[in-house]
Amino acid sequence: MTDKKPKSVFKEGAISSGFIGESIAKHQTKTSIGAHNIFLGQVRADVIDGKTVSAIDYTAYEDMANIKFNDIREAAFEKFDLTCMHIYHSLGVVKAGEICLFVFVSSPRRKVVFEALEFIVEKIKANVPVFGKEIFEDDSHQWKVNN
Amino acid sequence: MNISIKYFGFIAEVTDCEEETISFSGTTISELLDVLHSKYEALKNNDFQVAQNQSLVPFETEITGKEIALLPPFAGG
Repeated sequence: MTDKKPKSVFKEGAISSGFIGESIAKHQTKTSIGAHNIFLGQVRADVIDGKTVSAIDYTAYEDMANIKFNDIREAAFEKFDLTCMHIYHSLGVVKAGEICLFVFVSSPRRKVVFEALEFIVEKIKANVPVFGKEIFEDDSHQWKVNN
Repeated sequence: MNISIKYFGFIAEVTDCEEETISFSGTTISELLDVLHSKYEALKNNDFQVAQNQSLVPFETEITGKEIALLPPFAGG
């Protein structure tokens, strides 16, 4: 069974380890799955010009982002033999050390999930209009750019 | 025609608003940007892409949609 329903991707604030654990537990009934793979993006306390990033405040062009997430989802299902796939991205403030992106793919076989996960994460970074304001410990800020 | 323009990230800091409606008589994105550059000088020094109706488009594209967005570099994940 393939799980292709559109889902809401954005979550307010950090993605908790409890939520991630529950997502894994929900798949115990899907017994055709033989392999999961998970990517967790964590806010890094970069030091820039002597100042340390304490949090990132995420905003998005949500209408376009939802279209792009959907395009990525469809492309991934087209390209890889996935049983299901879930993407969650934070909006608002996420502190250094907290999780801001959770991508979860499942398939009968392991090789598929390694390739699919990288494909999906790279597409998210390149194509989805999400913007990150890096807030420093002294409350000044700069805008993050993906490499 | 009236065009709704959305601003994000540091572009919204330059314009000091997230959305506005502009009365515009030209035809292309590039002509619209000329109008915006004269309104917001600091825009010239910034890197951004333009989306029309939620799709990225080259600056020479004709404006057909009602919603234009100025998008700074993406930083998801």
